[in-house]
Amino acid sequence: MPAITTPPSRRDKPAAVHGVAFILKKATLSALVALVLFSLMIGVRTEAGPTGQLIFWTRFGDLAMMVAAVFGGSILVELLRQAIAKRRGAPLISEQAQAKFTGLGRFLGPALLVFTFLVPVLFYDQRYILDLGILVLTYVMLGWGLNIVVGLAGLLDLGYVAFYAVGAYSYALLATTFGLSFWICLPLAGILAAFWGMLLGFPVLRLKGDYLAIVTLAFGEIIRLVLLNWQHVTGGPNGISGVPRPSFFGIPLTPADDGLAARLGIEFSSTHRVVFLFYIILALALLTNWVTIRLRRLPIGRAWEALREDEIACRSLGINTTKTKLTAFATGAMFGGFAGAFFATRQGFISPESFTFQESALVLAIVVLGGMGSQLGIALAALAMIGGFELFRGFEEFRMLVFGAAMVLLMIWRPRGLVGHREPSIFLQTKTAISSSLVKEGHG
Amino acid sequence: MDYFAQQLINGLVLGSIYGLIAIGYTMVYGIVGMINFAHGDIFMIGGFIALISFLILVAMGMTAVPLILLLVLLVAMATTALYGWTVERIAYRPLRQSFRLAPMLSAIGMSFVLSNFAQVAQGARVKPVPPIITGGYTLFEQDGFVVRLSNIQIIIVVTTVVLLAVFSWLVARTRLGRDMRACEQDQTMAALLGVDVDRTISMTFVIGAALAAVAGMMYLLYYGVVDFFMGFLAGIKAFTAAVLGGIGSLPGAMLGGIAIGLIETFWSAYFSTEYKDVAAFSILIIVLIFLPTGLLGRPEVEKV
Repeated sequence: MPAITTPPSRRDKPAAVHGVAFILKKATLSALVALVLFSLMIGVRTEAGPTGQLIFWTRFGDLAMMVAAVFGGSILVELLRQAIAKRRGAPLISEQAQAKFTGLGRFLGPALLVFTFLVPVLFYDQRYILDLGILVLTYVMLGWGLNIVVGLAGLLDLGYVAFYAVGAYSYALLATTFGLSFWICLPLAGILAAFWGMLLGFPVLRLKGDYLAIVTLAFGEIIRLVLLNWQHVTGGPNGISGVPRPSFFGIPLTPADDGLAARLGIEFSSTHRVVFLFYIILALALLTNWVTIRLRRLPIGRAWEALREDEIACRSLGINTTKTKLTAFATGAMFGGFAGAFFATRQGFISPESFTFQESALVLAIVVLGGMGSQLGIALAALAMIGGFELFRGFEEFRMLVFGAAMVLLMIWRPRGLVGHREPSIFLQTKTAISSSLVKEGHG
Repeated sequence: MDYFAQQLINGLVLGSIYGLIAIGYTMVYGIVGMINFAHGDIFMIGGFIALISFLILVAMGMTAVPLILLLVLLVAMATTALYGWTVERIAYRPLRQSFRLAPMLSAIGMSFVLSNFAQVAQGARVKPVPPIITGGYTLFEQDGFVVRLSNIQIIIVVTTVVLLAVFSWLVARTRLGRDMRACEQDQTMAALLGVDVDRTISMTFVIGAALAAVAGMMYLLYYGVVDFFMGFLAGIKAFTAAVLGGIGSLPGAMLGGIAIGLIETFWSAYFSTEYKDVAAFSILIIVLIFLPTGLLGRPEVEKV
């Protein structure tokens, strides 16, 4: 594969500050391009008519609006670019402010943790916030799980949702078929997912980079398609409904006489279960985080990071790359499986719909935006992504459009993620954070 | 035998469509070394543009089918090529010096943008069109089973062969093709020798998108439907085709496309329709593991 390096070309010269004529010319060109792009796709709307015949009508108003928006947007972008170019050399945030922020960052993690613990107390009667919190924590956990594979071991996995699905279906099937409780199924789901991780890991040991990405993507799709088509086991597109809710270590959270509320002598409320679920996923996420942090200090964690930095050097130094890669896949998959089991018990209903490629892309975006390996960064990225997603709740159809656009823009703006530094796992005398641009991404 | 022959024809036609998309993947991968995840959605956009321009031309009162088809083809190729150019300009060019994951995520984001743009702009429902090209030939008849070769199938295969010939010539003989091959080998050196790297890469995307538009139009004519989600699966299968044929090789992409088309058709015909996509993905995995250079690809040497 040829290296993606281009020689310094025109666009790398210090951007000169151009006059009004230049900006207008550029905006006009953009508007013209937009006109051609949108004239058919937006200017004309097609729909299958009542008789099955295709009908169409024109929407020149929308078209004009879009073109005008591109014209205005183009001027705005150019002005912004010039404003940034003027202060070239001086970073957007000064060094001191950055240092301060790094200092603050040390307290941000614990503060965030304490806040998260208090969320069910603070927002006890706001069901919506609790549900959103559970959702965010699920993605934080998925992000931390995938981080082991992508951020630590440098293996690009585009099919992480497969393990999430394996975990969810493991729990749903075990619980509905054999009536096993959540607490027995949770480790089983993790083990099964880890097993699938190994199964995927074996064939892809020799693959690198983009090829690895595409194979994992294919693997994720295969799992989804099998779940969709293996009707008599998985229920096909109808999914599995009536997945049992978790019990408080054997005590059900129901209004019945043997329920938790009755035993404690308090009034039953459905919020109890939501709060309980919140703490389960928080505990699971923290477990993922703790295991990751501990593993980074163990030989296997160091081997992962060494593998990411240079596979050939690793092999020369006698590291068993097969074992290293397989453990990374299995560990990451296991946490995906835990999260999946939790997802199944929380939803009470699962179907292949929930395990599309979009989910994998979302989790990967969280990991990359979090700075690939920064635990705090991933938590913040998950909060930003899922929170941002929630803002578009009323505009379902624009959600993915905006998500895609945000992914592109964030990659252009901060390809190294929102949190730009990493805690080194090994250091000499003093521990200093290193820039994430010094961390290799691995070649799979 | 007759059933087999019919499936063979169907597979070749499907494979031609995959091959046309695969060329876009293989050229982009060869030159910038990234999987253009948005390429499948470019194909989908091509299908939509062909559909809309067809409707407009018919509404304008045109009746000569060959003329309409030619105009639709030109409009679809030109507009979709502009889509390809814009995607490269917005999402990939700023990231060319960036680390490897960035353009990939940007491409995935772009793929979401394109498919959801089509959904928002044209609605989520499948768009059916009545068969435009009808008629065909009965090749032979055996035990009451008729093996047919329809006109649309002939058109698809002929168009594909012609386009492949034109683009092979373009890459092998023209200045642009030389520039492209130079950039593929060493962008820095090519730039030093006076090749405009940015322009060459842009042109690669433009050509790939134009071919995807042809594939989109053929798909529309053959299956009579387009929808906003068709780009994803077709895209992955076409990428499989590109890998199977050997990434970076034009005839390889075509060969891979036909192989995937045949496998998918025969799998549906003899085993099960439900698992035909699983078959395609399994082939992708198997090929990548046992034959990573593909059928016609060059082995990649790892340098330390």
